[in-house]
Amino acid sequence: MQTFKAFKLGLALMMAIALASCASSDTEDMSDSSDMDMESSSSTASSSSATSNAADMGDGLTARERQQRDDALAMTVFYFEFDRSDLSAEARAALVHHANYLKSNPSARYRLEGHADERGTREYNLALGERRAQAVERYLQVQGVSSNQLETISYGEENPVDTRTTEAAYALNRRVEVH
Amino acid sequence: MKKPGLIAITIILTSLFFSSPGYGQLQIVITQGVDDPVQIAIVPFEWNGFGLLEEDVAEIVKTNLQNSGEFRAIAEANMLSTPHEEQEVFFRDWRFLGADYLLIGKVVDNGAGGPLQVQYDFFDVLREDNLISEVVSAGRNQLRDVSHAISDKVFEEVTGVRGAFSTKILYVTSQRINADLTYYQLNMSDADGGRSQVLLNSQEPIMSPNWSPDGQKIAYVSFESTRPRIYMQELATGGREMLTEFTGINSSPVFSPDGTKMAMVLSKDGNPDIYVMDLRTRDLRRVTNHFAIDTEPSWTPDGESLIFTSERGGNSRPQIYQVSLDSGWVERLTFQGTYNSKGLMLPDGVNLLMIHRENTSDEYHLAIQNIERGTIRELTSTALDESPSIAPNASMVIYASKARDRGILNAVSIDGRVKFQLPSSQGDVREPSWSPFFD
Repeated sequence: MQTFKAFKLGLALMMAIALASCASSDTEDMSDSSDMDMESSSSTASSSSATSNAADMGDGLTARERQQRDDALAMTVFYFEFDRSDLSAEARAALVHHANYLKSNPSARYRLEGHADERGTREYNLALGERRAQAVERYLQVQGVSSNQLETISYGEENPVDTRTTEAAYALNRRVEVH
Repeated sequence: MKKPGLIAITIILTSLFFSSPGYGQLQIVITQGVDDPVQIAIVPFEWNGFGLLEEDVAEIVKTNLQNSGEFRAIAEANMLSTPHEEQEVFFRDWRFLGADYLLIGKVVDNGAGGPLQVQYDFFDVLREDNLISEVVSAGRNQLRDVSHAISDKVFEEVTGVRGAFSTKILYVTSQRINADLTYYQLNMSDADGGRSQVLLNSQEPIMSPNWSPDGQKIAYVSFESTRPRIYMQELATGGREMLTEFTGINSSPVFSPDGTKMAMVLSKDGNPDIYVMDLRTRDLRRVTNHFAIDTEPSWTPDGESLIFTSERGGNSRPQIYQVSLDSGWVERLTFQGTYNSKGLMLPDGVNLLMIHRENTSDEYHLAIQNIERGTIRELTSTALDESPSIAPNASMVIYASKARDRGILNAVSIDGRVKFQLPSSQGDVREPSWSPFFD
């Protein structure tokens, strides 16, 4: 029953966010300007590190923080336990950075593709894949991402990464891919 | 925002007219037959005509009957005579071999480019009785149809159950090229896997093929637009329509027993619920309204209720429910096991076919639950069963499973006595759907 409560809470939050994003146009202006900041920071050459951007580019991030952000944005596949759709702590941490990216780039769109392992029946697995994609979608929305930037598609068990009949393969196949 | 709506499109699928054999050529391999099969002698049919015939009628009938698991054919090498007409039959020759039944016949070409005549006689050896005597006209390219029709009649004469050898199956094959490219095909073949043809080619998944009750149309889900959509297709013309393109899941199309409606699953309102579309008006009616997953609808034989899978009972454990379309009353049907899904009611309205996982097991088996007594009987020893489909004579169930990391089709008789596999020559095979009778 707790998952159902959490689900209802999520719904309420979603509605609140949808209302908020409809109501204010000045927030869009703000996100536009931060968008420009992002672009300028990433287009400037780095002097402090070979792999990350300059130490002080006005975004208040240290080189280490910028590296963390880039690592998080590079994480585009999120894995799930058997028959579960709750996000791991690691996934939530990475998704915060994805949310920031989406808020800073209002024209960016994410297609969240949910997948299940092959056990059980196909159409039920289609529903499980959707629930996983929606878990990611809801988490991004709670972080303030506009629902217009997000689309969820479930493939159920139709597109496995690993076609073998092993626990390791199943674990790789229970996932949401960000595209 | 996409507007939910119904867009009708018609695409002529060339593959219907120039049928090409797919990757997934299937061939039946018997894995378990009955203990006391009926002994039948099938004498090779005589051919009175020019050239070679493409099909061996007696051989196809023999293969069909043996593949049913109910018959064993007597070896041709042991036959003491090879009659082709009734007056050539000496019953003692066949009693000596232990034959219960005898099938003889011939194919005659009367010339002038007319149709061939297939003449056959079927005997009860012990009672020395001619049970069936028939002459059938057929073109040279129809001999396989005639062979299946003869198989149907012989099967019914002996078992009392109408044969389903003239029916067809739909199935989906996939051929994975690499991580980014998989070819999917929707195929149709004879029930024995013969004469397969491709109905749809795609690089995106194809799911849930289903027959209209008259066998003239099919419905399925295709991701070809990169999103799941329900399509309905006329087999004779290839004319095709998209029935739904809502946001989210559009899945599980199932024609009603009278063919006027289609049950389906849509998640346009946030999570999957069961809907019924009136195929004439295209009006949608929502049947379930619950925040849990509701999916995998199937019609009860009377068309008045839907069976469906739901995890409304909690704990992410799907169970099978029945909803009355008239009253909306929902009743839970399954209580034993941690996973029961994809329920199909057998024509008797009492036995529920389903995919079942026992409490301590990690295996998903095809099982039958008697809903009056609650007793469950597992039919299979394969571990990853899914997508069951019942033969129109309700004698066999075809379903998908996995063997050596590849998807294969299996079939099992409702009584569990007969089992066979339909392995594919290549790739994965799944989601079989057995056609209705075509007449």
